Amino acid sequence: MSPTERREAIEGYIAISPWILGFFIWTLGPILASLYFSLTDFEVVKPPVFIGLGNFRRMFFGDRLFWQSLKVTATYVFVSVPLGITLAFAVALLMNQKVKFLGFFRTAYYMPNLVPAVGSAILWIWIFNPEFGLLNNFLANFGIKGPMWLAHSKWALPALIIMSLWGVGGGMLIYLAGLQGIPTDLYEAAEVDGAGVAARFWHVTVPQMTPVLFFNLVMGIIGSFQVFTAGYIMTGGGPRYATYFYVLHLYYNAFHYFRMGYASALAWVLGIIILFFTLLVFRSSAAWVYYEGELRGRR
Amino acid sequence: MGQGAVAVGKVAVRRGTVPFLARRSVRNVLFKLVIYPVLVAGSIVMLMPLAWLVSSSLKPSGLIFVVPPQWIPKPIAWENYRKVWELIPFALYTRNTLIITIGSIIGGVSSATLVAFGFARLRFPGRDVLFLVLLSTIMIPEQVTLIPTYVLFRLIGWLDTFYPLIVPTFFGGGAFSIFLVRQFFMRLPLELDDAARIDGCGSFGIFFRILLPQARPVLGVLAIFSFMGNWNGFFLPLIYLNSPEKYTLSIGINLFRGTQFAAWNLLMAASLMMALPCIVLYFVAQRYFIQGIVFTGIKG
Repeated sequence: MSPTERREAIEGYIAISPWILGFFIWTLGPILASLYFSLTDFEVVKPPVFIGLGNFRRMFFGDRLFWQSLKVTATYVFVSVPLGITLAFAVALLMNQKVKFLGFFRTAYYMPNLVPAVGSAILWIWIFNPEFGLLNNFLANFGIKGPMWLAHSKWALPALIIMSLWGVGGGMLIYLAGLQGIPTDLYEAAEVDGAGVAARFWHVTVPQMTPVLFFNLVMGIIGSFQVFTAGYIMTGGGPRYATYFYVLHLYYNAFHYFRMGYASALAWVLGIIILFFTLLVFRSSAAWVYYEGELRGRR
Repeated sequence: MGQGAVAVGKVAVRRGTVPFLARRSVRNVLFKLVIYPVLVAGSIVMLMPLAWLVSSSLKPSGLIFVVPPQWIPKPIAWENYRKVWELIPFALYTRNTLIITIGSIIGGVSSATLVAFGFARLRFPGRDVLFLVLLSTIMIPEQVTLIPTYVLFRLIGWLDTFYPLIVPTFFGGGAFSIFLVRQFFMRLPLELDDAARIDGCGSFGIFFRILLPQARPVLGVLAIFSFMGNWNGFFLPLIYLNSPEKYTLSIGINLFRGTQFAAWNLLMAASLMMALPCIVLYFVAQRYFIQGIVFTGIKG
């Protein structure tokens, strides 16, 4: 290494040093500490006591709320994420048809994302109010008697999923930009080859959009597994644990009962679940994600 | 557009042989007849809850529980907004939220830019591996690091202070921010750096004098995102702040709900006031906003 190269390298390390430090203090250190805590009985005020796999044994075989929270969260993730992506993509497709007033539509669909999480949680409690809320009053116009929503164990989770769809505007913006970025000559070439609307959609639009859809699918799964605020504020996990999300369980264990060891074990299991699904999506992506410059399938 | 021109030309040539429905112009009209109603209906669905928020916030107490609801209340209760300020320390909550938000913006933007500069413009052994490590941390859910971090802050006596919410942002401001700025720096021509070096500029001189002045759009995006994240943050303030005089707007308004569970007009007014800066910011800086959302969603 020449002196100038060495100097540049040293300056490079200095430049990234905040992140390096942060990585050890706020990421790697806590991950390892949390792994250790997960093997202990730890109630904050007393030092941790090593109990081996006790927390995990208790979680899998002695904690019905763990399984309930897992079921609730998985249902939420696997309904709201695909539904949200499909809706956002559909809206983006419509908006990409050279519509007039695009700016208005874009803003209208995005606006809900500007309401803070706590504000929209409170707003939606009021909207879901069985008697005086917006939704059931709207349904009443069609002679439908709306359900009890948040107060009913069968309707509370669907209610939260409906509320999550109010935020499709964020994804819509992303897909719209992706659609606008597809080179027009691809469509022209397809058209010259005699491809109709449907063929162009399936053989140009979809392949070009799969990387974006895929990325948002992964991020959607990661984010939705961590859903917390809506459940905490709107239902407190009820009624009858119908909206008892995984992170609620973790939160109550850690910060209400101060079972830090058990909560760390819960956190690790969550991390592994998220990692599992992320890898699954990554593995499967080889079959359906198209990247530019890659030869695959019919081309 | 070119696409349209080609299409029109082709249809004109083949007109006699193409069935009615396959004709582009006819299909286009039908298509638009579907698109606009669907988009308008969707917009109404999206905006209705917001209209409900505004309308409820302006209702006098006597009109909240009237069926069917009155969209434009008579009389309009503007005083609801004043009442919120009287019933809860709204100004104090706003101040606390602002301290945390501004502190985090400063920490996140400054450190993310510096780190991104290192990754984008300087050569050092292990750079690419470290960058991969950085990217992979995006996948780690914050719950995994939460408890040890909490224990650490407890140990150094930072519970019930703003430090746990601000200080960590000075260590890179999150993988996403670093990635965003790095991509921006990568696009600037390297000749800029070389020319500056010939003129005797050191690496950090290049950073401050050449690159930073050009990075204003990306810093804007970063600042907006940091603002939105911290202004709206709920989970971390909930965990770290205990005493009422430290509460942020999120925590304070949620607490307010616990005490005023039937005063929907006041709760809506409080929520709307909290949302207002975000809405204003969106309309003032729409371009940055959309760029940022699009960027974070398109490439990982």
